[in-house]
Amino acid sequence: MTKDEVKQVVLDIIADIAPDEDLSNLKPDVRLRDQMQLDSMDFLDIVMELRKRHGIEVPEADYLQLATLDSCGEYLTPKFNALASKG
Amino acid sequence: MNSRSHYDVVIIGAGMSGLAAGIRLAHFGQRVCIFERHNAVGGLNGFYSFDGRKYDVGLHALTNFVRAGVKGTPLGKLLRQLRIERDAFALCEQRQSRICFGPQGDLSLRFTNDFAVLEAEVADRFPAEIDGFRRLVAKVRAFDDVALDAESVSARKVVAECLRDPLLIDMIFCPIMYYGSASPGDMDFGQFVIMFKALFLEGFARPRDGVRVILRVLLEKYRESGGERRMKCGVKRIIVQGGRASGVELDSGETITANHIISSAGSEETARLLTPPSASETVARTPGDRLSFAETITILDREPADLGWGRDTIVFFNESQQFHYARPSERIDVRSGVICFPNNFDYGPEDRLPEGILRVTCLADYRQWASLSEGDYRAAKTQGYQAMQVSAQRFLPASHSALADVTVATDMFTPKTVERYTGHLEGAIYGAPTKVRNGRTAVENLYLCGTDQGFLGIIGAMLSGISMANFHVLAKGG
Repeated sequence: MTKDEVKQVVLDIIADIAPDEDLSNLKPDVRLRDQMQLDSMDFLDIVMELRKRHGIEVPEADYLQLATLDSCGEYLTPKFNALASKG
Repeated sequence: MNSRSHYDVVIIGAGMSGLAAGIRLAHFGQRVCIFERHNAVGGLNGFYSFDGRKYDVGLHALTNFVRAGVKGTPLGKLLRQLRIERDAFALCEQRQSRICFGPQGDLSLRFTNDFAVLEAEVADRFPAEIDGFRRLVAKVRAFDDVALDAESVSARKVVAECLRDPLLIDMIFCPIMYYGSASPGDMDFGQFVIMFKALFLEGFARPRDGVRVILRVLLEKYRESGGERRMKCGVKRIIVQGGRASGVELDSGETITANHIISSAGSEETARLLTPPSASETVARTPGDRLSFAETITILDREPADLGWGRDTIVFFNESQQFHYARPSERIDVRSGVICFPNNFDYGPEDRLPEGILRVTCLADYRQWASLSEGDYRAAKTQGYQAMQVSAQRFLPASHSALADVTVATDMFTPKTVERYTGHLEGAIYGAPTKVRNGRTAVENLYLCGTDQGFLGIIGAMLSGISMANFHVLAKGG
């Protein structure tokens, strides 16, 4: 998977968690929290949905890695690819 | 179906908090079952059918209402967490409400879902207090009311730092206490903040068809997510072995094992389920008087407005300048109370309720109701009903007709009724005075949600279930 595809995965999750947010103009390098009303409950949900939908585990110590769309791409892409290669 | 003998999570009680916890857990793949002793869902916020009519229990109005697009409030959090669309609850806003004090309620503060209305009323009636009132509002807005480990502070003390007029202070406390305080006289400032926001900064709304609309949405979501429930299936005991709950024994004698148990039964009520009984010593006991209420419902042959009662949605009344919120010394304390006209929500120009409804709620003393013989209980209900209507009508404009002449049907419930149908000790609508905010018990995998965890109102109840499911089960990876 490419980083852009991974970012889209995250966007799809946010769209389901927070259908009342406008995601069309999100800046990839700005903290999600600063562009949308996302609280710690919502971040927990992003993590939970990654696990539920894609089998990706994000330990609590790494939650900060999900701060921006870009950092999500950086952090999650190797995880997605590692999972894919395990088949 | 629904006959598994092991679950990841067992939830005790199919009220708002149990259902919301269940939705979260089932959504994330936990095998979860809700056990409910009653044959209907809703708990303290249920409904029942009687003589062809459906009556709501508990819900006067859903508090915490905000319009679409207002973010960062409990209603929005709840909808997100449960993946429910806002329109599903079909909420219709209140028209206007009022707090009125004095023998005929002449001292009054009007409020609506627009906070500016209350602020203007305070400025008008209490000009010397408006600056203090604004300071109080600023404090309320700045307070972190969702912290699970907050220290308890006296709300009376914090409010007295901002306001001096005891009348204004009591007028603010009256609706806040009636809609959520489990403790007499004073309350925790954190609880005060939750209620102040829920009532005044946010607001009141109601689905046209009442609480069952909300329950139907929750049930559907729970079922879609794969949650199970067993009705008329009470939990008789929680079995504790070596500091852990291994499971529950049902009223039928059947045993169900579970990795986690979430109980909405109440803290003391849950402690009493623990077996062996010595295990209950390890759970925080919650002493103190439990507060309960009597509520009457009167079905009218016309709309309240057509009787000359105006368009008020909710009226909080108190006959003197001093408000007493405590377990009454008589069966019912009719000096203060709450009037609700479900007809006076804005259902749109074309839509109205089929009948007029007048609801009145007053503080009531469980012990005096519980000690009555069957015959005396009935007589006391008849007498209590009358006294509540007489008292409440003092705070309404004069009616064009005698209430009895326009009454189609009546019903009434007492603290005893509440206890019988919800299992909450002494019919305590808002639970025990002491809350367990983090939901922990000394039994490591047994958690509390609902009234005794301490988020208030219907939205609060659901958020309680959500928070406890998140915090104790999901965040730990199930």
